[in-house]
Amino acid sequence: MNRRDILRRTAAAGLLATPAAGLLTGCATGGGDDDKGDAGTYKGTKSEQNPLGVKEDAPLEVVIFNGGFGEEYAKAHEAMYTEKYPKAKINHSATQEIAKTLQPRFVDNTPPDVVNNSGANQIDFNGLVSQNAIADLGELLAAPSLDIPGKTVKDTLLPGAVEVGSYDGKFLVMNYTYTVYGIWHSTKLFSERKWEYAKTWDEHIALCKQIKAAGIAPWTYAGLHPRYMSWPLISTAIKFGGPSVATAIDNLEPNAWKSDAMKTAADAWHQIVKDKYILEGSPGLDHKQSQTAWCQGKAAFISCGSWLESEQKDVTPAGFNMTVQPTPSLGSGDKLPFEAVRGTAGEPFMVPAKAKNLAGGLEFFRVMLSKKGAQDFTRKVSSLTVVAGASEGVELPFGLNTVVKALEASGSNGFNWVYNNYYRKLERNLVDAACGEFFSGRIGPAEFLDQCQKGADSIAQDSSIKKYKRAA
Amino acid sequence: MRHGKYPLIVTFLVPPVLLYVIFVVSPYLQAFQISTTDWLGYSADANSVGLANFKTLWNDDYVWNALKNNAILLALVPVLTIVLGLFFAAMLNMGGRKGRAGVSGVRGSSFYRTVYFFPQVLSVVIIALLWKEVYHPNKGLLTSALNSVGLGAPTWLGDPRTAFWCVLAVMIWSNVGFYVVLFGAAMSAIPKEIYEAVMLDGASRLTTLWKVTIPLLWDTVQVAWVYLAIFALDGFILVQLMTNGGPNFSTDVIGVRMYDTAFGSETKFGYASAIGVVMFFLTLTVAVLALRASKRDRIEYS
Repeated sequence: MNRRDILRRTAAAGLLATPAAGLLTGCATGGGDDDKGDAGTYKGTKSEQNPLGVKEDAPLEVVIFNGGFGEEYAKAHEAMYTEKYPKAKINHSATQEIAKTLQPRFVDNTPPDVVNNSGANQIDFNGLVSQNAIADLGELLAAPSLDIPGKTVKDTLLPGAVEVGSYDGKFLVMNYTYTVYGIWHSTKLFSERKWEYAKTWDEHIALCKQIKAAGIAPWTYAGLHPRYMSWPLISTAIKFGGPSVATAIDNLEPNAWKSDAMKTAADAWHQIVKDKYILEGSPGLDHKQSQTAWCQGKAAFISCGSWLESEQKDVTPAGFNMTVQPTPSLGSGDKLPFEAVRGTAGEPFMVPAKAKNLAGGLEFFRVMLSKKGAQDFTRKVSSLTVVAGASEGVELPFGLNTVVKALEASGSNGFNWVYNNYYRKLERNLVDAACGEFFSGRIGPAEFLDQCQKGADSIAQDSSIKKYKRAA
Repeated sequence: MRHGKYPLIVTFLVPPVLLYVIFVVSPYLQAFQISTTDWLGYSADANSVGLANFKTLWNDDYVWNALKNNAILLALVPVLTIVLGLFFAAMLNMGGRKGRAGVSGVRGSSFYRTVYFFPQVLSVVIIALLWKEVYHPNKGLLTSALNSVGLGAPTWLGDPRTAFWCVLAVMIWSNVGFYVVLFGAAMSAIPKEIYEAVMLDGASRLTTLWKVTIPLLWDTVQVAWVYLAIFALDGFILVQLMTNGGPNFSTDVIGVRMYDTAFGSETKFGYASAIGVVMFFLTLTVAVLALRASKRDRIEYS
């Protein structure tokens, strides 16, 4: 037997041994049925002071997405938690790779107690919900607020905060920030040029013409993530046809994307493509590149959420003063007034169903949703929270101030849609691709809506995806 | 030493083989098992669904579209990279104009060698980001260069008609340097006497390359072919970072499909494993075919 034979035989033996080894080590998906019930979880006694029944000395593990907001705000919340439960040891970690970091622990039934499931590597919520991996937060909503007397946690939240995190009527995801989506421009540029933000679509097109004549591109957008442009388009449709436009899309109703309102909105938006009101080369820009071009004054308008200001902090010139505005009305026939904006709770937090310190996780949310916790967050990261009125008395940067004003003006006319939470793939892949074709002028409005509808239908027909419905 | 040989060999072999089996072979085999389930990745429950995932895959237009792109890569990347690699290596090793008997590279060949090899030193992630900026439709190197001579430029990565070719160009650019060095090393192993004989017979340099150098390099070319074929079925990092398969899926490759199905827009680990299993067999087939197709008799320098 020479050396080569040995090598060969060892390798063969190794190959033969693996199935057995696989059985020994247990497959990735093994061990599903040993449901230990609540045996392994920490339980305390419920009381006036402790409505959720937190065990005082139970350790709490918090995993934060280390993105635009960083992790310092969470440390402050943790300090507030330890103030209340000095014996509790908090294990804090932050990562940008939420999905990859936590997946093995979900499979192993040893997830952390609090997860900030966010960022590009967020875990798809549809998958989590359909696997019953997230704890019901209903108890938290019913609990009294930590420092707003006489109110339950639910009473302190802005409208829509609960709906966004609810799946089939169960409140599972605590979206902590409040984001407004709209069209942004530089106040400085507009006052210098004596331009006035237009309230109707016809005026908007006339303004675009003026801006273009002045040698500035009216629009730019993230061509590599064109879904950013689906937001104003759908908003225009909802203002035209009312909130039922959004409900139909969220509920995957047949031809929801081809409703009259969507058709009218797509036709309107096609105008800026046709008339070349979009910065040359935009289809090849990513979100940072397009936002930077906009900050440099190469384009007048951009569609984004209220995180724009903090994301662009490093490149925004002094005195730029960005302002958010609602989408222009299509006409007097609109069901919603011009002031109506899309406001939604974002930045999702969850307590895994198998968390050892489930009550502690809920209590941590109660700390976050206290007035003190929310104010501290707003101060630290310049973002609004879902706690109503928590930004009062906090010095806000210019752009965020306009966001607050827009929200106030919008009031009860605010609207939202959630199909992007229900079916991540539909927005991130399918509608995204359709927007890319449409806003680069390669397809017209009819084909655009067809392509979106085809995407929605493919999700509707996919029996492996759990479906959700929401009431109007 | 004779009688104590086997215990020694086995002792040294067991740990690495064991590690390999646990961390490489066993996940592979588990992927086969997972591909027959509807596992969604975040609980320990998975139901066996037989071959349903593969049936779905067969009817999945997005997968077919990605495979089509991989097929184009497979047809072009190895050929272009090897042709370019051979050309540059030949220029560096035997392209010189020294009339005397002997073979030398063009002037400044050591400088060129460094330049060609440079992309190998960078991580692929850096290369992707670098080129993303080169392809910047307004401020990028390419557009600016074209504009400065009065030419218009497409939006490179923003246009389905050009994005795929842009990515393909980066794939070739980032690979060529390695093969230049590889072929160069093989060329310098060819005995000088052969070249001298060829020169005495009055062969042109192109003929020398075609009739002498390449046949003597065939072993290396074959290795390059297999490597590049496997690479063409991957291409995941570059595509994911530069375009993430867009615009409108025009640059999608099968690796991105798999990643997106498991970690991106969905958590269908069972289905993603099925895509992985298909990739495994495809890669295996391509590797075997590439080896078969390029089989020739070995040439030994004696």
